[in-house]
Amino acid sequence: MEEKIKSLDNKYLKNHWQLYVMLIVPLIHLIIFKYLPMVGTMVAFKDYNIFQGIWKSDWIGFTHFKEAFASKEFWIAIKNTLILNLGDLLIGFPIPIILAIFLNELNGEKVKKTSQVIMYLPHFLSWVIIAGIVQQVFSNNGLINQLLIKLGGKSVPFLSNPGIWRMVYWITGIWQSAGYGLIIYLAALTSIDPSLYEAAYIDGAGRFRRIWYITLPQLRPTISIMLIMNLGKIMSISFDRPYLLGNVLVKDTANVISTHVYTLGLQSGRFDFATAIGLFQSVIGVILILIVNQLAQKFGEEGIL
Amino acid sequence: MSVYESKSNKKSQFFQFVLSFIFILLTMISLIPILHIIAISFSSKRPILSGSVTVFPVGFNTEAYTKVLSNSNFIGSFLFTILLTAGFTALSMCLTILAAYPLSKKGLKGKGIIMTLFVITMYFDPGIIPKYLNIKSLGLIDTVWSLLLPGALSAYNLIILKSFFMGIDNSLYEAAYIDGCTEFKALFKIAIPLAIPAIATLSLFYAVSRWNGVSDVLYYISDSNLFTVQLKLKQMIDAIIISQKEGTSVVNLVAENIKSASIVFSMVPMLIAYPFIQKYFTKGIMLGSVKG
Repeated sequence: MEEKIKSLDNKYLKNHWQLYVMLIVPLIHLIIFKYLPMVGTMVAFKDYNIFQGIWKSDWIGFTHFKEAFASKEFWIAIKNTLILNLGDLLIGFPIPIILAIFLNELNGEKVKKTSQVIMYLPHFLSWVIIAGIVQQVFSNNGLINQLLIKLGGKSVPFLSNPGIWRMVYWITGIWQSAGYGLIIYLAALTSIDPSLYEAAYIDGAGRFRRIWYITLPQLRPTISIMLIMNLGKIMSISFDRPYLLGNVLVKDTANVISTHVYTLGLQSGRFDFATAIGLFQSVIGVILILIVNQLAQKFGEEGIL
Repeated sequence: MSVYESKSNKKSQFFQFVLSFIFILLTMISLIPILHIIAISFSSKRPILSGSVTVFPVGFNTEAYTKVLSNSNFIGSFLFTILLTAGFTALSMCLTILAAYPLSKKGLKGKGIIMTLFVITMYFDPGIIPKYLNIKSLGLIDTVWSLLLPGALSAYNLIILKSFFMGIDNSLYEAAYIDGCTEFKALFKIAIPLAIPAIATLSLFYAVSRWNGVSDVLYYISDSNLFTVQLKLKQMIDAIIISQKEGTSVVNLVAENIKSASIVFSMVPMLIAYPFIQKYFTKGIMLGSVKG
């Protein structure tokens, strides 16, 4: 029996060796561009010397981590990362769900289609372009302030007041990504059997009861997956958005872990120290994803892993 | 009964009206920032300074675009970015197909391990600096390869294409194998033609990410001949912030129309591609969600 399987395997290999040939280049790519940098994170535990390189530099244990934990800027970067991400979660997360629920109630196909297409558009603009647009719209003599002044109000320092800048950051995030979320949730709603709504209608359920008892339960798996991913990423933040939306005047608010690592590493040349901070963030990120995934499975949701 | 029905219909009609109104309003709000930037790019200097430009150009002229088009520096990096995006997309698709096809085969040995290796890269990010040091030790800093290679194979896209290949009816392959068809031939004659919608979607994913990407250019490139259009735009936008802070805002405000024209100009490829993107990305999201 075993021999038979073995001969079958050999036969498979004989006929399909080309499959392994195909995998050679992707695997080399994987090793060089994904796994070598992972090995390179050991710089975080070394006293990195450019001339000696990663391998020959001296091990110094957790020195960089200790220095990071003792530095004020590190904690500010963590605090800013958490605040900006929590805001995205609290304000940005529910909006596409609400939009999808109400767009699903709409009968007019034209309005339905057009609003999806237009709201989805900003998702494909780069953060450089978005930052340029934000400047035109929110700067001291930008669109909104001109409007406020015309209406007899005072101009608001949207981009230079740290607290208000955060609002701009969140609002921009909604503008950029709500359309994307909307399409994901609408896709989940297309599979609802219309007879469910009809039955509920005949039983006398009002619009909001139908939303509550039919639409929302249908969205639940998608909502929970999106929530898991968002919670798992609460400590990680992209580089482009905070870096490009930020400016010198709000740097204490806009400086997050990714931009902090960039400034320390690539601008001040402290490669080892910056790697330690980046590694700390990545490890926390992995732990968070594992925890959130476990929790989700405990509550009977599917999870992502 | 009929009274109840007509009453509820009226209520429903009113609800539909309000809902349509709200969505039209939201759609307009999300379009205004883009219309505003287009309006500024076509307006003359005086109305821009006095702030009377909203969503329609005031004092329509195309002077800003003439200046953008005659800026060989900007146009050069625009063309470079188009070539870069095309090259990156082709390279990425080759790698993704070469990885996805074998991994979609049931009998392949070591498939589980290889998939795990790819999935790990989705959740563990070594960070900016190790990636930079890696590119540096490979000698790719300030070369076009640093913008082509590192992002060329995304595990996420691989999984999407893999599950698409897995959906292909196995009997198609069986028949081909019996006729002595090799795997390479099966890939080109059976799998790729059937996966065209998925390949189109993923090509768009890759192209959009390369066209919009700016951080790797910032990390790896200091030679201005290799600056992408996004980085050129960033420099343009930054130059204006600084001069505004120094209190010379009036002088630099004149550049607002040029800045806006550059932004609009670099949005054009995306806007041309948007109908396709719109059609295929939605499909791509569905493909992604099907895999679960």
